[in-house]
This record gives sequence, C-alpha cells and structure tokens, in this order.
Amino acid sequence: MKAPAPDVNQVNAPSAPAREAAREARPAFGSPFLRAMFAILWKDLAAELRSRELLTGMLIFALLVILIFNFALELDPASRASVTSGVLWVTFTFAGTIGLNRSMAVEKDRGCLDGLLLAPVDRSAIYFGKALGNLIFMLLMAAIILPTYSLLYNTNLFRPGLLLVILLGSVGYVAVGTLLAAMSVQARTRDILLPILLFPVSVPVLVASVKASSGYLQPVVDMSAIQPWITLLIVYDVIFTAVAFMVFDYVVEE
Amino acid sequence: MPIVEVRRLFKRFGPKTVLRSLDFQVEQGEFVALLGPNGAGKTTFLRILASLTRQSLGEVRIAGYRLPDQAASVRRRLGVVSHLPLLYGDLTAEENLAFYARMYALPDMDRRMAEVLELVGLAARRRDLVRTFSRGMQQRLAIGRAVLHDPEVMLFDEPHTGLDQEASSMLDQVLRQVAARGRTVVMTSHDLARVTELASRFDVLSKGQIQASIRREEIARDGLLAYYRQALEEPASPAVAG
Amino acid sequence: MEPKPRALRILDILTIALILVASVMVFFYAPMEVVMGQVQRIFYFHTSAAWIGMLGFIVAALVGIAYLRTHDQKWDIAAVASVEIGMVFTLIAIIGGAIWARPIWNTWWTWDPRLITVTIMELIYAAYLMLRNGIEDPDRRARFGAVYAIVGVITVPLTFFSIRIFRTIHPVVIGGSDPNATGAFDMTPRMLQTFLFSLFAFTVMYVDLLWNRIRLGRLAEMVEELKLKVTQ
Repeated sequence: MKAPAPDVNQVNAPSAPAREAAREARPAFGSPFLRAMFAILWKDLAAELRSRELLTGMLIFALLVILIFNFALELDPASRASVTSGVLWVTFTFAGTIGLNRSMAVEKDRGCLDGLLLAPVDRSAIYFGKALGNLIFMLLMAAIILPTYSLLYNTNLFRPGLLLVILLGSVGYVAVGTLLAAMSVQARTRDILLPILLFPVSVPVLVASVKASSGYLQPVVDMSAIQPWITLLIVYDVIFTAVAFMVFDYVVEE
Repeated sequence: MPIVEVRRLFKRFGPKTVLRSLDFQVEQGEFVALLGPNGAGKTTFLRILASLTRQSLGEVRIAGYRLPDQAASVRRRLGVVSHLPLLYGDLTAEENLAFYARMYALPDMDRRMAEVLELVGLAARRRDLVRTFSRGMQQRLAIGRAVLHDPEVMLFDEPHTGLDQEASSMLDQVLRQVAARGRTVVMTSHDLARVTELASRFDVLSKGQIQASIRREEIARDGLLAYYRQALEEPASPAVAG
Repeated sequence: MEPKPRALRILDILTIALILVASVMVFFYAPMEVVMGQVQRIFYFHTSAAWIGMLGFIVAALVGIAYLRTHDQKWDIAAVASVEIGMVFTLIAIIGGAIWARPIWNTWWTWDPRLITVTIMELIYAAYLMLRNGIEDPDRRARFGAVYAIVGVITVPLTFFSIRIFRTIHPVVIGGSDPNATGAFDMTPRMLQTFLFSLFAFTVMYVDLLWNRIRLGRLAEMVEELKLKVTQ
C-alpha cells in the first residue's frame, strides 16, 4: 500500500486572508457564467468524443427511420420532392429526443447534476451549456444525415436555405427539449415521457421547419412563401429560449 | 460564531414532516459524525446544508452566509461528497478535476489539481478514465473533487458505502488529511466503529430531531454503541452537550 | 371535515339554473339556421366548451406561476383542477365538433387549424398529467407541472398561427362552404344572445367545477395528513 502522501495542506498553506482573497478573485478571463457554460459544453463534447455513444445512437436511429420511411411511403423521384422535408424532419425529431434524453441522463445517473448544482454558478449557465451541447449534437447528426440522404436518393440537399432552416429549427427544438429533458429525466417514467412532453409543444417548430425546408427544396425558390415560416421559427426560438432560461431554475432547484 | 448554524429547521415533503424543529451547531474545526437509523432524515439534512434542497422553515447559516438566499457564497466554501461519485465516467481523472476547477473558477488550476491528485493518492492514474476506477478510487477522487476549491466546510454522506476494508482504510487516511488544518467536517455514517476513530463529536438524528450530542472525550472508547442505542430510545433532553 | 361553504352551494344551484336556461335558449329561443338545420345548435355548446378548454389552460399556467413564486400548495391544487376540467371540456368540444361536422362536411374530421390546435392542446393536457404521475415528491411535481403549463400555454397560440399560415398558403378545400370560418353564417340577434349567454353559463360552470375540484383536492390532502398522523 502506498505510503500516505505528505500533508500538502501544510506544505504550502496560504494564510486565511489570502485564502479568502483567492476565493473571491475573478478568474483570468471572462465571466464565471461563460466560463461555466463553456466548461459544461466542453465536458459534454469531450465525453462524447471518447465514447461516441450518443452520436452513434442518434445516427443509427436516424438511418433506420429513413429506411422505414422508404418502405412506408412512396419515395420514388416524383413524389419524393414533396415528402423529403417531412421525412427529414421526422427523422431529426425522433433522433433528437435520443440525444436530449441521453445528455440529461448522464447527469442524473451518477448524481452529477448535484455536482453541477453545487458549483457557485448561475443555474442558467447549466441550461445554456447543456443546450449548446445538444444543439451541436443535433447539427452534427444533420451534417451526416443530409449527405447520406442525398446519396441514397440521388438528390442534392445542400442548399444554403435548407441549412439555415435546419439551424433555426434545431435551435427551437433544443431550447424546449433541454428544458423538458431536465424534467423528464427526474420522473419515474423517464424514457417515454420526453417524446410525450416534447412533441405536442414543438409542433410550431416542426410545421415551420418542414414548410420552409420544402420551400427551399423547390426548383424555383419562392421567398414570399418561405418568409412567414422563417419568421415563425425565429419568433419561436426567441420566445422559448427566453422562457426556458427563466424557468430552468425552478426545474433544478429543490 | 459557529461555522454551521441551524435553528428550528423544518423540512416537509407534502404532508410528511421529515425534520422538525432541528437545532444544530458546529464550531470551526470540529469533525461531527451524524448518526441515526435509516429514514431518520440524515441525507435530507445534509442536502439542505449542501444547498441542494431548500428548508421548509427555519434558519440555516454556513460560514455566516444564509441559505438559501446567499447560496452562491455558501457553495464556494462547501465541499460535498455523497455516496454517488459525482464523476463523469467517460472523462479521465484529470479531466474531471479540470471541469470542476473551471466550474469553481479556480485560479492556478494545474497546480491545484496536481496537489489534490497527490493528496488522494491517484497521481499515477490521472490520465485513466474514471469508469475504469474501482469504487474506492472513485470515492477518493470524489473527495479530491470536493477539496479542489479549498472549502472550509465539508459534508460527507456515508462515504464508506460499498468500500472494502482496504479501500475504507485508504479513505480514512484521506479523510484525516482533509480534516486537518481547521476544516470543519459533518459526516453521516452507519459505521460506528469507523466513525469512533475519526470524529471529534457524535450527534444522533432520529425522528426528525437531534436526539443527543456528545464529544469524543466524554465517551468511552467502545461506549458509542450503547450511547447510540440509548439516544434512540429516549426523546431529546433539553440539556444536550455541545 | 369542513362542510361545503354556503357560497359554493349557491353557486352549484346557480350553475345548474344557468345551464338549464342556456339549453332552453339553444333549443327553443334561437332560430334554426337555414343551411345546416338543427345540428347547428351544437355550435353554442361546442364553442363554449372549446373556450373553457382554453381558459383551463390559461388559468393552469397562471396559478402555476403563482406556485413557483410562493410554493403554496393551494396553487398546485388549483392547477390540477383547472387542467382536469380543461381536458374534459376540450374533449367535449372535439366530440361536439365531430358530431356537427359529419352531416355538414360529410366527414368526422378535417385538418383545419382550429381542430388541430385543439387536439394538440388536449395532448399537452394529457402530457401534463403523465408528467405529474411520474413524480413522487409533491413540491417537484407542482414545480414541473407549473413549468410545463407555462410552456404549453405559450405553444397553443403559436401552434394555431403556424397551422393558420399553413392554411392560407395551401388552402384546404373541404367541399362547399366552411361554416367554421369566421362570419360563415351570419348570426341573427337571437343567435348572438344565445351564443353569449351560453358562453357565460359555461364560464360560470367552469368556476363552479373548479371550486368544487379545489375543495376536493384540499380534502384529499387533509386525508393524507391524517393518514400520516395515524401511522406515525
């Protein structure tokens, strides 16, 4: 058995006032809020990079969904144009819940949520850190699904407008989803609860995203038809990010 | 002024009252072992002290700061170890500590992390993933996480749970080091024998109140068990030591 | 156990009276609509029920906010009460609408903005109750319910608008006239009176049911407390 370590507390023990000063000192850069938020984001990305469980899960699920749609719907070239955006967004939505669930479950299972709450940071920093992580995962998934779908069905999905819609739609979905996942993960019926909570409330995002995507996928892009949808997406994103940010405290604080 | 001060604490969960009119005080440097039967409310009490749960009624002060209003100030001075490790399995020991160092906005992160890894005897395993650690090692790292920001008050919730003899002994060594130099410790435990060696004071929590409190000097070496049993049977007497 | 307060008993009687009068008005006072015939009379109850459905949601969100600020259990009891009532009335509205639609549009269901919104609202209600069901701790249950009610009440108008825009760009042809569109049938003064009166009667009924349900909730809580006292 290793000999007990020298009492490092004694070796370079600063005096009490110095300890106090160190405690209250501002860190080298940025506000504690941003620091904490990026720390959480970084931790989620680093952990995921190593295990790749979340992303793999989302991707396999998404591919399976596309496959099932192939059998369930007529995805021949003629009718495909009209259903592509629908299929894409249903895929994103379902696979998205897997990511949202997993991201929060990690915190809950090993008690890490307590660890986050014990830190002297604003609770909303936790929300934004987790939400940003969820957003990045969802965008990563989209980044892989889009080319895959394009290959499988020989269409080009890389229109800048579509990418914008995916961004806006994901932001709205993740804003509400992170909040609801924080709740559902603390309930007994955890796994089935998140979709049940999330889907009805994310209908505006879904509708707007599908319609806007559809618009951008047309051979001739009609901006006047797309405009109201983009507006709706932005409105939804702003409102729900604000609401989630305001009520998150009540979800995590006992 | 006591560093932990609890006055007339009530905690209710719906209609059920778990803690009632609880008074509790700890002077700086004391090592208090909080004993009690299952369901007595020890974990709930500790969570309130840890600022993780709000009290229903009553006053809680730590290092002069009030909970829950001044929770942020309290959290800076508090280190908590529960029976769950509060560590991320997919990150290395180092990365876990780095994460918490950032969350606590610690200056001079690297030096502090190295010190702590040394303290808990895990310096050799710093780059290993936490999910490869044994439970004992995880607990030691958890303590490291808890002392990272050099807190004045430490709360331990049954830290020896799930540890074998050797791991427990190693944990005790770390506990003694951590408790040295004026740190205040409140530890809940089921293990009376172990706690006899570590603590300077023994409190018994039962039926939602502190039923008894006695200092180490006042009790015979193997008298703790008898004292504990007696405290559970009798209701709290007003003239309680400490 | 506390007896039913006098005011509540009076309200009960008043509610019954109002509903009876409203029914009489609907069947005898209001004229028969030319195009749709007798079935149009459902309209009065159908819209009133839908209104209560929405009201229930708004109230649930408001008392939810009150709970978050005060942590007073009474707001939570009110929230559950409001959701339960809202849920029932929304269901009445949907079924009433289907009964009305069948002879008029020759279909039980249409994908029209109002219908979809109301159905989603019903689903949000159900999700609310499922959420609460999965949580043991009363305080957490109340907090989460409040948060979800707030999220829900904001979503409902957004959902309505999103599907409305959907409809103006791609108008859904149901076949013939669309009686649900505003001003689709002109209301004679008698119809208007009947309509407003039934709205009023339903609102009073809502308050009466709410009060009764809150009282029930409080009594249930008292029973819980007594149970604990006995077993401890």
